[in-house]
Amino acid sequence: MNWEQLITLPVYQLNQAEKMPLFNQQLVELAHYHYQHSENYRDIIDFLYQGKLPEDEVPALAVRLFKHHLLKSISTEDIFRITTSSGTTSQQVSQIVLDKENALRQQKVLATIMKQWLGGKRLPMLIIDHPKVIKNKFSYSARGVGIQGMSLFGYDHTYALNEDMSINIGAVSQFIDKHKDQKIFIFGFTFIVWQYFIQKLKEKNTQLGIADAVLLHSGGWKKLQDKAVSNQTFKSQLNTVLGNVKVHNFYGMVEQTGTVYVECEASYLHCPIWSDVIIRKKSNLAEEEKNGIEGIIQVNSLLPTSYPGHALLTEDLGIIIGEDNCQCGKKGKYFQVNGRLAKAEMRGCSDTQS
Amino acid sequence: MTAITILVDAFVTALEVPRSEVNESLEYNSHKQWDSTAHMILIAQLENDFEVMFDIDDIIDMSSFTKAKEILTKYNESISF
Repeated sequence: MNWEQLITLPVYQLNQAEKMPLFNQQLVELAHYHYQHSENYRDIIDFLYQGKLPEDEVPALAVRLFKHHLLKSISTEDIFRITTSSGTTSQQVSQIVLDKENALRQQKVLATIMKQWLGGKRLPMLIIDHPKVIKNKFSYSARGVGIQGMSLFGYDHTYALNEDMSINIGAVSQFIDKHKDQKIFIFGFTFIVWQYFIQKLKEKNTQLGIADAVLLHSGGWKKLQDKAVSNQTFKSQLNTVLGNVKVHNFYGMVEQTGTVYVECEASYLHCPIWSDVIIRKKSNLAEEEKNGIEGIIQVNSLLPTSYPGHALLTEDLGIIIGEDNCQCGKKGKYFQVNGRLAKAEMRGCSDTQS
Repeated sequence: MTAITILVDAFVTALEVPRSEVNESLEYNSHKQWDSTAHMILIAQLENDFEVMFDIDDIIDMSSFTKAKEILTKYNESISF
């Protein structure tokens, strides 16, 4: 199956029996593709598996490898963009090599997934950040890439913050007033939305009274967990301050841009058709057979062709809640992310796991 | 002003490129000025100048100067370039 066909698959409608044989076959083919086209990937596999790709499994690379090596499956002249992670919590940043085709595919898949949550029409968009964050051109930060990618779904893009992270209340009020009869789209990174928007509005005792909006947010809960803010608290305070806003968190990473996992009404993250999530035991990295048990999250995605990022062992902990039977009605696996693996538990960068 | 003049002006303004570079060979991501940030600025400019609202898929598909003409024509049949 090629991408022209893959992109037409329904995002959340196939059950395990329909999805997994197809998905696994594609993933194995992709692993072979990278083995042939990426010298770095071949070297790693040859070292770990005695000179050939295992036949019955797709080995996962530790996501940290992308912080130490520029892993690519294309020639240098075909590099179109290198995206990087934000690098705020560590000095090393991930570097992801994209050619035009891969970059376009990321955008198309992201668009297809987001339409499921936002509807097919573009909405007036309020961005909870400051406009300078997207100004740096060739190499984009993860924050810039995130905002850039989401801008597509909106129009009349309005930034809610000033460069010093204070609220541009004039711009925000004007935006809300202008679009008061329409559904609006709000996007921001979890911590920024909480710290620089919700908390500040609350301090000022300001309620925006938005009539109809969807807020998508991402970027991790770590800083909020440190402040003991739960997803439930986040949502309830947000609704008090902003008004009638549907809130969806989503999980994703720069190493697999495009295949994002969006939180449903029941507060679970859902796998789109083009990716899969596996939980591995912390003790020995074996696959956790049962649902409901916490372990390390592995993400598999069919999108990466210009770099060998199709199977990645993350540094996040999570639980698969179930498959095909979420109360929201979506098929496929659904899960939750519980936080980051403690530093001491992380494996060396050359560690991979099958 | 003719449609083609408006279109060329929109590209010149949004991408900050000289008029001489706005031609049939101008493509998204090939010209260094036409990156994803500039793309959204271009979209806003075209929507304003031609009074249209593009669908998400058309924003992704608008990968060249030629393609922009084709897509605009689809939205407003009275436009001809």
